[in-house]
Amino acid sequence: MIKVENAFFTYPSGVKALEGLNLEIQDGEFIGIMGENGAGKTTLVKHFNGLLKPTNGSIYINGKNTRETTVAELSKNVGLVFQNPDHQLFCETVEEEVTFGLKNFGFAEEKIVERTDWVLNFLELERYRKSSPFILSGGERKRVALAAVLAWDPNILVLDEPTIGQDYLQKERLRQYIEQLNGQGRTVIIVTHDIEFIAECKPRIIVLSKGKIINYATAKEALTNSENLSKASIFPPQIAQLFTQIADLGLPKDVIDVYEAKVLIENLLKGGKRNEGV
Amino acid sequence: MKVFEGLKFSRKTSIIHFLDPRTKFLVSCVIFLISLIFSELIILSILFVAQIPLILLAKIQREWSHSIRGGAFLIIIILSTNLIFGYISNNFQLTSRLLIHSIAMAFRFIIITSSFSIFFLTTSPDNLSLALEQSHIPYEFCFAFTTAVRFVPVLANEAQTIIDAQRSRGLEVEKGNFLKRVRKYIPLLIPLIVNAIRRSLELAEAMESRAFGAKKQRTNIYSLKIKKADSIIIISSLIIIFLAIYSKFNLQIPIIQIPLLPP
Amino acid sequence: MSPAIEVRNLFYSYPGAEKHTLENINLVIERGDFVVLTGPSGCGKTTLCRCLNGLIPHFYGGKFNGTVIVDGLSVKDHPISALAQHVGFVFQNPENQLFALSVEKDIAFGLENLALPRAEIIKRVKWAMKITGVTELRENAPHELSGGQQQRVAIASVLAMNPHVMVLDEPTSFLDPMSSKQLFEVIQTLNKETRLTIILVEHRLDLLSPYAKRIIVMDEGKIIADGSPRSILSSKKVFSLGVGIPKVTRLYQLLLENGVSLDSPPISVKELERELRRRII
Repeated sequence: MIKVENAFFTYPSGVKALEGLNLEIQDGEFIGIMGENGAGKTTLVKHFNGLLKPTNGSIYINGKNTRETTVAELSKNVGLVFQNPDHQLFCETVEEEVTFGLKNFGFAEEKIVERTDWVLNFLELERYRKSSPFILSGGERKRVALAAVLAWDPNILVLDEPTIGQDYLQKERLRQYIEQLNGQGRTVIIVTHDIEFIAECKPRIIVLSKGKIINYATAKEALTNSENLSKASIFPPQIAQLFTQIADLGLPKDVIDVYEAKVLIENLLKGGKRNEGV
Repeated sequence: MKVFEGLKFSRKTSIIHFLDPRTKFLVSCVIFLISLIFSELIILSILFVAQIPLILLAKIQREWSHSIRGGAFLIIIILSTNLIFGYISNNFQLTSRLLIHSIAMAFRFIIITSSFSIFFLTTSPDNLSLALEQSHIPYEFCFAFTTAVRFVPVLANEAQTIIDAQRSRGLEVEKGNFLKRVRKYIPLLIPLIVNAIRRSLELAEAMESRAFGAKKQRTNIYSLKIKKADSIIIISSLIIIFLAIYSKFNLQIPIIQIPLLPP
Repeated sequence: MSPAIEVRNLFYSYPGAEKHTLENINLVIERGDFVVLTGPSGCGKTTLCRCLNGLIPHFYGGKFNGTVIVDGLSVKDHPISALAQHVGFVFQNPENQLFALSVEKDIAFGLENLALPRAEIIKRVKWAMKITGVTELRENAPHELSGGQQQRVAIASVLAMNPHVMVLDEPTSFLDPMSSKQLFEVIQTLNKETRLTIILVEHRLDLLSPYAKRIIVMDEGKIIADGSPRSILSSKKVFSLGVGIPKVTRLYQLLLENGVSLDSPPISVKELERELRRRII
């Protein structure tokens, strides 16, 4: 469980990044953190594994105060995957990249083999096991970076901007992985401003703006609140925009899913067929 | 890092900022030279005091004090080595001359740091590069200089992100013996180098796309002109350095004597 | 007048690569057009862009066969610096395309390289800052700007060189939705007011499609679809390739599968709303 108590954070340069955050994330939750560039999203998640400590207030991971715990110890529970895989890949093979964390955390040899096999298989990287991460494509490198963290099986997984530079199919694949991991009971937190991706994933959403939480609600509630989103420089997903516009036709306002939309509109048009004189 | 803080240009408006970089550089050099010519505490004190109005005029007290504080460690080293070696070679006797001399040496360092700190704090790197260009330094060199200044904050940021990313994977750089620790820098250095190479390629692409090196003699949106104030300061500086050299050879400079110590 | 861009039988492979990254590209883009170039990762769209301003073959080398003519100049026969005055290139990462320590100086950089007279540089820099809305940031250093501002400065610095064609390679990747939209609006203004030909590479088409006049889809080094946004976005083939089509267009496709056909495929929320209202009343 993650508990944030009245957390403030100011960078040494004087930039105030977090201004009094209160937050609780339960085990097994699926969370999306959204907000404008510079809202404090990355700063917040860097607090979850202790890379940053709040200048004021406290953060507890599974009851442990991050101020009294090392980054390594916290990272065992909180796996943080950075935005750019090139900031972490350094090994000669994908396999070494995956075992790096496992060795750091002192796993036993057979456990390392077992975890490596599992993660390479799960993320469909088996055929790249002996390849250099540097010859892989951008999308594949991102997957290796995820594998390198997922390997030690953290029960909280944090992904910072996982969809940047990814095409639609790559995002679909990522979504399936995330949903499986969450389904297995892990807490998954994604940081993004990719609204259409979020609308498909439908996590619980934290909207951050200028270092403050301005909304914490279900995807349906958060993504249909255009006034609130606009404070964080985000537009609602297209389906939500459409249903806000056509609310006067007697349809619900809080629709974000394209399949739900399809059923509603189908019914609307079939019900209205007489108007066409069919 | 605080030392660099004391060299980082901050955009302000003042008479000092307004002066031509070449003028300021000359003044800094004059101060530097005089502090080397004289080792008498009296002259060095005058040099130090003379800088105070410049600092106040430029409104850079805070940044300036950072650079002096950043140099504090070196100042102490200079003072103590001078004292210790002087003490030993002086047959283990502490004299007034030795003490004054050690203080003067430390003072010299403060003056040099301070004068160049004033120069860098009040001269934008863009203007500095322009001054270099107009002094017929090859453009490639000037460009390399501004690009380096431009990318210092970017690279510092990137290095921090890489450290954060690897710490998040359980890397503990502080742990283990010396050899183990050295090995732990590999996960930091490789991404740093790979990214630097990638970045330089991207930069080269962008430079090419902006016609870098298209013409042998390029032009410049700005040009530096020596203004009236600059000329006055340049002439005064030259007079001062001349007087300084003259008095070094022809005048007796009074020596300070510390009471209770043998001379 | 010649078209803005003419590509004939273009084959290209990077040095050391066996496979062609571009395979038989044929393409004509008219002056003043707003073209979006899209396709799955690794399809060759960035490579094609590099062929348009001479980075390929002059910077990258490799095997280059065929003709690329931009603004009347054959790319193969002109150095990048000469092409730079005809075709501007804006890169994905704003950080790595700003060199100077102030916005104004950065925009002047290309003009200084071309050794234009000072008065002309000042005039053009002023104009470029005004049209991209960065005049207030004139004295700021790049690291003091937001990502969106940096990208606008990058556009201004290319624009100052007075190109007839501007190529932008995923310029909004690192921007939040509001900044992305603002950037697209700046680009559209340029396209409308100065008849600048725009070629924009992008994955996310939901925000962009209302601005585009033509969409070109690439896959595995080939152009596989080319047409109006409406026809391209509603194509099943394009969707199955993994192009991120707008959700309203996807909704239209799903309805069509269930036998509900609307008059024409919508590419914006507004269009679908209008169509639904028309059907109901």
